[in-house]
Amino acid sequence: MTIEELEQIAKSVSQENEKFDFEVNVCMDLACLSQHADQLKDALSTAIAASGKKVLLRKTGCMGPCSSGPLVRVDPQQTLYHHVDAGHAEAIVSSLGGEPVPDLQCDLNEHFDLQMRIVLENAGHIDPEKIDDYIARDGYQALLTVLTEMMPNGVIHRIAESGLRGRGGGGYPTGLKWSMVAKASGDLKYVVCNGDEGDPGAFMDRSVMEGDPHRVIEGMAIAAYAVGASKGFIYVRAEYPTAVSRLTTALREARRRGLLGNNIGNTPFSFDVEIRLGAGAFVCGEETALIASIEGRRGNPKPRPPYPAVSGLWGKPTLINNVETFANIAPIFRKESKWFAHMGSERSKGTKVFALTGKITHTGLVEVPLGIKLYQIIENIGGGVPEGHTFKAVQTGGPSGGCIPANMLGLGVSYDALMAAGSIMGSGGMIVMDDTSCMVNVARFFIEFCMTESCGKCIPCRAGTAQMYTLLTRICNGSGTMEDLELLEGLCSTVKEASLCGLGQTAPNPVLSTLKYFRNEYIEHIVHKRCPAGVCNLEAPVEVQA
Amino acid sequence: MGRYPTPSDPYHGGKKAPARTTSIDKEQGAEAPSLCILTVCIREGTVPAFTPPPLPSDDKRWKIVNGTMRKSGFARYALIETLHTVQSSFGYLDDDSIRFVARSLRIPLSQAYGVATFYHYFSLKPPGKHTMTVCLGTACYIKGSDKLVAAAAKRLGIPQGQTTKDGNISLMTARCVGACSRAPVALFDGEVAGEMSAEQMLERLERWAVE
Repeated sequence: MTIEELEQIAKSVSQENEKFDFEVNVCMDLACLSQHADQLKDALSTAIAASGKKVLLRKTGCMGPCSSGPLVRVDPQQTLYHHVDAGHAEAIVSSLGGEPVPDLQCDLNEHFDLQMRIVLENAGHIDPEKIDDYIARDGYQALLTVLTEMMPNGVIHRIAESGLRGRGGGGYPTGLKWSMVAKASGDLKYVVCNGDEGDPGAFMDRSVMEGDPHRVIEGMAIAAYAVGASKGFIYVRAEYPTAVSRLTTALREARRRGLLGNNIGNTPFSFDVEIRLGAGAFVCGEETALIASIEGRRGNPKPRPPYPAVSGLWGKPTLINNVETFANIAPIFRKESKWFAHMGSERSKGTKVFALTGKITHTGLVEVPLGIKLYQIIENIGGGVPEGHTFKAVQTGGPSGGCIPANMLGLGVSYDALMAAGSIMGSGGMIVMDDTSCMVNVARFFIEFCMTESCGKCIPCRAGTAQMYTLLTRICNGSGTMEDLELLEGLCSTVKEASLCGLGQTAPNPVLSTLKYFRNEYIEHIVHKRCPAGVCNLEAPVEVQA
Repeated sequence: MGRYPTPSDPYHGGKKAPARTTSIDKEQGAEAPSLCILTVCIREGTVPAFTPPPLPSDDKRWKIVNGTMRKSGFARYALIETLHTVQSSFGYLDDDSIRFVARSLRIPLSQAYGVATFYHYFSLKPPGKHTMTVCLGTACYIKGSDKLVAAAAKRLGIPQGQTTKDGNISLMTARCVGACSRAPVALFDGEVAGEMSAEQMLERLERWAVE
């Protein structure tokens, strides 16, 4: 496969598409599928056949605003229909070429205006199970250009120059990580894609793997060329069966087209990728635990150093990046070199995909340039908290992150700003809470999560989270004391400082951030035996006189 | 790899290191004769080629399990993948299957059992005829999925993670299935249903109960 051949394929796809007058794209992501998007697609297919119109019906990945699903987009008019069911199929097909169906048309301009789509540029536009669709949108161009025109050093330099930082949560500079692996000695090196999206409340990686799997594979291949690896693994959660099957199809197609395997693009570079299934362990998102899991063992983390970049899978130098990081690679090589670095804030470049969920009007997947203000995401893109309630906090970073209160919504979203606020960027879950959420209860939820997910290897994490859970439960039950609060704070710092891996080191974050910003709620529970949000069932509720 | 020997070719490591069979045989005392054969071989300096143990029964599903292991050349790293195959074929992991997989991959039984119990996705108990899984991810929890679990537990008379006495319905919980935008989410025999209310959920449970 050469660049000319790629262009040939792209040309033939566009010629094929020109035969059709309209394109009807149906979102088949999990959220839309759970509302019977499959039946909708069948109904559309029947209606199109009956109408005799030249229509290309395509199933696509996530279009974004999941709360408006099932979604259908008609191109080239770019009419977006929401809450479509099988019964609407005929109306949509008969409207083609005329006025759009008024009742179904959705106005989400504000939702889309502030977004910037790089990682999600193809989601909603291509059939994830057709490699030619991806190639037609400049797919694999970057890989072949890199292989034929660039040296591995140049590739790493380009990534370093772009300012891309790891999208898995830690925010480690990607270029630096790649150069560490490239410098490590060893003839056998591995590239691992971390698709173990264990953070509850986040589904960006799932959507990318399901909606645009080739983008991840292309990013991995470029990384492999840069660091000198010949073998790659994608570690996916077993809870994502659709992602697994779409990735399997994508790998097969890429091999068939000669974009994986031996001598890719007629160069000496060979690379292939295998899928490994996770089995429901949050700790496996930690890189040393992930390595243990790929090797078929319990997901116990190891002390670092040695870092996986030096000694990883089977003791070989291993590059581990998140799904979204790999998804960012190809565009960096397709555009001019400074393009990526121009986006975002000073130390956080590019865009970030967030899974916007919780008590918010438009839930779904959003991609925003870094540096955007939190209130813009929540008010403008998300449409704010549904009427009748008031915003209380937004939780970022999952069990490793924290809750950010209303008075800090002016914060620009970047790795450093979120860290300073006591939270983290995390993999990109963003859960909005309103006045019906009790922050003590939320803190207890996350600590319970970390307690059950702790692998049990180191004591601060294993015993510390259990003790914190007991204390928080006591406070939630109304039997907590002010001494408990002090003890809790002490435990937080012990667990944070003394734990072996990221899980334990960040587990106290939800407690610390709620203690910092919502301390009055804790005191309300302890002193007045009252839950302001009315969530906790206090054993001896005391009426507070006004 | 800790205290386990690192094979020279790590990727296809499982094909080598035949001496590892001894530790399994020691664990399962009934296998004493094979230990003798191995001792003789080692004494004579002839290393026998590894022959995987026979399938536990004629059940065709064992062939699928064996196929997964053969695909990786019976390498040790295939343990998790093989346990996935066992669970998808048989519904759960029982002692026999873990024993069989451990022997085939030449992994100490303790290690195989450790893996099977470490990962939440693996179940050591047979599931009911139907399984309802309530998602307890953050978004679902914020929208009250804990109340769904409580309502279901009350209706079925079992705590989460258990199966009704008649073996009809299992009540499970999950840590995020990735459908957060439709929270709270429940899975009915694997089919995702979003924006679930307690009434809707109980109605679907009722439908299963009368079948």
